[in-house]
Amino acid sequence: MSTTVPVQVTVNGQARNVQVEPRQLLVHLLRDQLGLTGTHVGCDTSNCGACTVHVDGQSCKSCTVLAVQVDGAEITTIEGLGQEGNLHPLQEAFWNNHGLQCGYCTPGMIMAAADLLQRNPDPSEDEVRHGLEGNLCRCTGYHNIVKSVLDAAGKLNVTQVGA
Amino acid sequence: MTAIDDRAAAAPHRGQSLRRKEDPRLITGRASYTDDLNITGQLHAAIVRSPEAHAKIVSIDTSAALERDDVVAVYTGEDMADLLGPLPMAWVPPGVDVQNPPHWPLARGTVKHVGDPVAIVLSEDRGAAIDGAEDVFVEYEPLPVCMDIETALEDGAALTHPEIGTNKCHEWSLGGGDIEAGFAAADVIVERRVVNHRVSGAPIEPRGVLADYRAGALTLHTSTQVPHFVRLFAALILGINEEKIRVIAPEVGGGFGAKLQVTGEEMLCSWASRKSGRPVKWIETRSEHMAVCHHGRDQVATVRLGATKDGRLTAIHSKILADMGAYLMLLTPAVPSLGAFVMSGVYDIPAVQTDITTVFTNKCATDAIRGAGRPEATHMIEVCMDQLADELGMDRLELRRKNFIPKDDFPHETALGIVYDSGNYEGALDLLMEKLDLPALEAEKAELAAKGIRRGIGYSTYTEICGLAPSRITGPEGFGLQTGLWESAIVRVTVTGNVVVYTGTSPHGQGHETTMAQIVADKLGVDPAQVEIMHGDTGTGAMGLGTYGSRTTAVGTEAVARAADKVVEKARSIVSHLLEAAPEDIEVHDGKFSVKGSPDKGLALAEVSGVAHVQPEKMPQGMEPGLEETSFYDPENFVFPFGAHACIVDVEEDTGKVKVVRYVAIDDCGPAINPMVIDGQVHGGIAQAIGQALYEHVMYDDTGQLVTGTFVDYALPTAAELPSFETDRTETPSPVNSLGVKGIGEAGTIAATPAVVNAVIDALKPLGVTYMNMPLGPEAVWTAIQEAGQ
Repeated sequence: MSTTVPVQVTVNGQARNVQVEPRQLLVHLLRDQLGLTGTHVGCDTSNCGACTVHVDGQSCKSCTVLAVQVDGAEITTIEGLGQEGNLHPLQEAFWNNHGLQCGYCTPGMIMAAADLLQRNPDPSEDEVRHGLEGNLCRCTGYHNIVKSVLDAAGKLNVTQVGA
Repeated sequence: MTAIDDRAAAAPHRGQSLRRKEDPRLITGRASYTDDLNITGQLHAAIVRSPEAHAKIVSIDTSAALERDDVVAVYTGEDMADLLGPLPMAWVPPGVDVQNPPHWPLARGTVKHVGDPVAIVLSEDRGAAIDGAEDVFVEYEPLPVCMDIETALEDGAALTHPEIGTNKCHEWSLGGGDIEAGFAAADVIVERRVVNHRVSGAPIEPRGVLADYRAGALTLHTSTQVPHFVRLFAALILGINEEKIRVIAPEVGGGFGAKLQVTGEEMLCSWASRKSGRPVKWIETRSEHMAVCHHGRDQVATVRLGATKDGRLTAIHSKILADMGAYLMLLTPAVPSLGAFVMSGVYDIPAVQTDITTVFTNKCATDAIRGAGRPEATHMIEVCMDQLADELGMDRLELRRKNFIPKDDFPHETALGIVYDSGNYEGALDLLMEKLDLPALEAEKAELAAKGIRRGIGYSTYTEICGLAPSRITGPEGFGLQTGLWESAIVRVTVTGNVVVYTGTSPHGQGHETTMAQIVADKLGVDPAQVEIMHGDTGTGAMGLGTYGSRTTAVGTEAVARAADKVVEKARSIVSHLLEAAPEDIEVHDGKFSVKGSPDKGLALAEVSGVAHVQPEKMPQGMEPGLEETSFYDPENFVFPFGAHACIVDVEEDTGKVKVVRYVAIDDCGPAINPMVIDGQVHGGIAQAIGQALYEHVMYDDTGQLVTGTFVDYALPTAAELPSFETDRTETPSPVNSLGVKGIGEAGTIAATPAVVNAVIDALKPLGVTYMNMPLGPEAVWTAIQEAGQ
């Protein structure tokens, strides 16, 4: 076995101390060591975005980052975004608008969309389409994904105005 | 109560866009795909693959890999002499000579395409397995390669399989009517070379296998559309009794035909688990997927279409050359034949002929990818209809309408002897034109042209054949194929009055946990939330043949409906006995089995089930306890969905870039079960077809090297390339099944490529471009514009 190095990360609000191989990717730390299998791998080239998570609040393809690079960072995965009974508005919107079929791209798509809405709370359809072009879906033709994101944006804005 | 109220009370959930029952686990990251599963003691596998397109294996040196501390075992093809046979090919029509060279999970002696597997390395750690694979040294002696189907049958062509002596795999024809008389009666004949290039299914979840052989039994988790097929062939190849094999399709992240396969990796990992005594896990990388997971399409056809000068079609003849790749996989040579059955499309054509020649090349095998043969056939017909309209100087929609099989002529027997079940092609086209607002689109044309943008409108009116498969029609007594493909279902009412349904189909995104539940809920008078659909596991419940070819709703859900009907019959007998009413007077109404005319007198399903399970002594004399029924369903005929699509493109003259600005689709798959799910299927199919028409192309160079080995080179469309789609439906019931339903999963891929291509040609006509083949990337379009301008 190769040498390992210590890494300290906060994942979904929980501090974790782990030993990782220097070559290990963040996505494999999350999936194989921390058991957070909601983050998926769909390609070898950082094209598909199925592995998208948030690192210090920004979306990040976790297959492009070494685990050692996130030492000290805060990470949010799909499991930390919302759970059954306490869904994030994007999760709810994907469910209501049939924004998923096989579900494999969905966690990455939702995490990318959450970042998009943080940066641009009231996007146009075109802005959503360009904002998600780093995430591939083969099932939905993106139609209902875009609809879901616009729906969630509307609901989030109403919540914020009301707050 | 009005008739509509009555129907809603009888079937309150059918036709509703219920949000899906499967989604909560998927949107929260709690679903379990194959790579999310682990078994204590498992080994990880990495596969050593050929970098050569055609070569003799001179030697394989595994010593360096085996010397690594973290490598547990390395196996090559020679170690696998105990297999009972090669990988399966399940299509040998009686009397047809099909060359089928042996295809082994690990190559034996020669490799035939880039990616052909040569050795498997097992390690405790996934990364270490990959490291070990790097340390397997294979010496190859390269052999000449065959890469072009149009020259592969010429004398002196390099042979993919020299021992066969030819690159020809098989020939097969299907015809009806007098083809010579048909062309003799034509005033105009158009002939076009129609290319349907090679594509990848590319589900976002690559394939994966976790095989666990212990104590004489095999449990195989695999990302598949066809667990029952995998079990059958694993039994035959590995020599394990079928009842000792359990194949489980866990959550499956898309299929598109790519997972309609019995794969070498499934057999290899199962064998390696037995050999090593440890569970073996293999997860495909995307690069592997692009190189070795079967591709689709790859046909070159010469199509002749004849008509009288007033636009009456007289004959169609397609001569198809189809690229098999290096080996025949499960259905490889059958794919072009599926298209032959609908080679006359939605038109009444008196003479129809398809002649198929299949060819081996040093490429990955082709097989069924979403649509499988029917997109190719529809593309040939619909592109040639536009070409014919131009030749006749006739409006392309007028030409189509003139030749539509009229709606009062169904069931309609085509010249091939196939019987289309139902259709209303004018109705679909009428609705399309209503949605399209053609005058507005035309009005913008001149304004755009002034800016160097050419607008084009393309149409496609289609039908397809699905609902695989009625044995009387496909079997040896019918069209001479091997067999039909039935489905079965078990409907079990639990003691507490909820329902568990077991289906032999194996969904991977289609939403059958929801749509089947809607049907069963209505039949049994419960809520869909009380109906659980179990699928994708040969160890629990119903036999079946899987999910592909748009067959699940028309065959699998019909089996579910029939099993539910039997449960209803038994429940009515119980209720009639308890209420002392005639069984025919008991109906399911508002969630109760009640006496007609006395809706307050009745029992809910939970009460009936309570009697059937807890107090069976109250049941009619001699009736078995329990409330569970099984149905096996072999359809009487195929079903034929249809529709009319329009694509609007804007083409930049200076760059050749094509932008799809609108896409309007009218589809008819019978009365909807869940409109939202239907629309979703159509959206995805259209996107995949736009991908093929404009961006996606599996390419090899002349030496057999794969050029498009990753998502960097193989361009799936992103959200930024596509518009939102405009969809609507007409609903023409099928008389074939009790639900009246037809499939919808492939309609988009079948209808959309010709709509896109016809739109681009329409856009470029003012510049002198009259015909183009896919894919219509900027370079191809720009070149066509330049050449037309010279």
